[in-house]
Amino acid sequence: MKKAQLEKILKRYDYQDSDLLAILQDVQTQENYLPRKTLEEVAERLAIPLARVYKLATFYRTFSLTPRGRHLINVCLGTACHVRGATMVLERLKRDLGVKAGGTTKDLRFTLDTVRCIGCCSLGPVVVINEEIFGKLNQEKAAKLLKEYN
Amino acid sequence: MADKEMVRFAIDGQEVEAEKGTMLLPVALEYGFEIPHLCYHEAVSPYGACRLCLVEVTKRGRTRLTTSCNYPVDEGIDVTTDSEDIQRARRMILELLLARAPHSERIKKLAYEAGIKETRFSLMDVGDCILCGLCERVCREVVGADAISFISRGDKRDVGPPFADPIACIACGACVYICPTDCIKMEERGDERTIVKWNRTLKMQECKSCGKPFAPLFQLNWIIDKVNLPKDFYDLCPVCRAGR
Repeated sequence: MKKAQLEKILKRYDYQDSDLLAILQDVQTQENYLPRKTLEEVAERLAIPLARVYKLATFYRTFSLTPRGRHLINVCLGTACHVRGATMVLERLKRDLGVKAGGTTKDLRFTLDTVRCIGCCSLGPVVVINEEIFGKLNQEKAAKLLKEYN
Repeated sequence: MADKEMVRFAIDGQEVEAEKGTMLLPVALEYGFEIPHLCYHEAVSPYGACRLCLVEVTKRGRTRLTTSCNYPVDEGIDVTTDSEDIQRARRMILELLLARAPHSERIKKLAYEAGIKETRFSLMDVGDCILCGLCERVCREVVGADAISFISRGDKRDVGPPFADPIACIACGACVYICPTDCIKMEERGDERTIVKWNRTLKMQECKSCGKPFAPLFQLNWIIDKVNLPKDFYDLCPVCRAGR
């Protein structure tokens, strides 16, 4: 992340360290991950220890310290989705993408991850790609979804 | 300054008095009650992580188990430091701790005293760290170096320097001293000191009088900077300085 871009984010929060979480969220949104160098700069500009920034950055699942793919796939493994075959959907996606859960494809197209219920159990098995929810999936349907994203 | 508000309450039937809002554990210890604890230290803020300091507190007719290290005392509460419920809960906690830190002499002793011969849980390979957070707190609150912190969460929770890079560690050894399970080791070889767990090795300053290395140069300069001491303040080791 360029210095000027980070500066703009920091300014938005008036350089308040109490807004660290929001600052990191903005960096994550822009960069799709939290680069080490940027975190070090955040710590320096806010005059707070890097340990504190790192603690927060590793605590929340929204953050990633390694580059994420352009599209984030979240396979719901909550109870309802699980009994309706979410694991098979996950297995298919893992096989098609060639990554493990939590992994990112080499071309940075997808990151595959899992969640524990997103609150629309009647639609299970559910997969969320970016912000969009796809319900009542099976292996075939899930595999087809991937084609829509580049 | 306003007068401190004192409150009176009972521990195991004995009437005690303390300033309102102080934590229960230090008050009880002051009065000579024995409550086992691992993650509490008077030098740092209470945290309630080890759960060993459980007591029963009765307030307005309701009794509950709570950690005493982070329970602020109040007028008229009734505290029990030892009951069957407490002992049962404590035994379970000790078994769990024993599975995390099977080599810790202190935990082994506590478990033995509670009548536990061995833990039913599978042993974990986490280097005896029980994630009590004392090292992290002492580094931040007492030393002020902020070199380490908790990392991640849940079953992946760990403690260490950011990015496994101990650049802010001054190798003062406060974490080594405070660790209740002795899982942070410090080694001194020649003129180098290593904090093993954080993988930090620093060169030590040699005393200008007796020639003995006594503290990391990086630490001494850090202190000199922090409190504006004269540059030559740490030329002599504490022994030689005291002898002058």
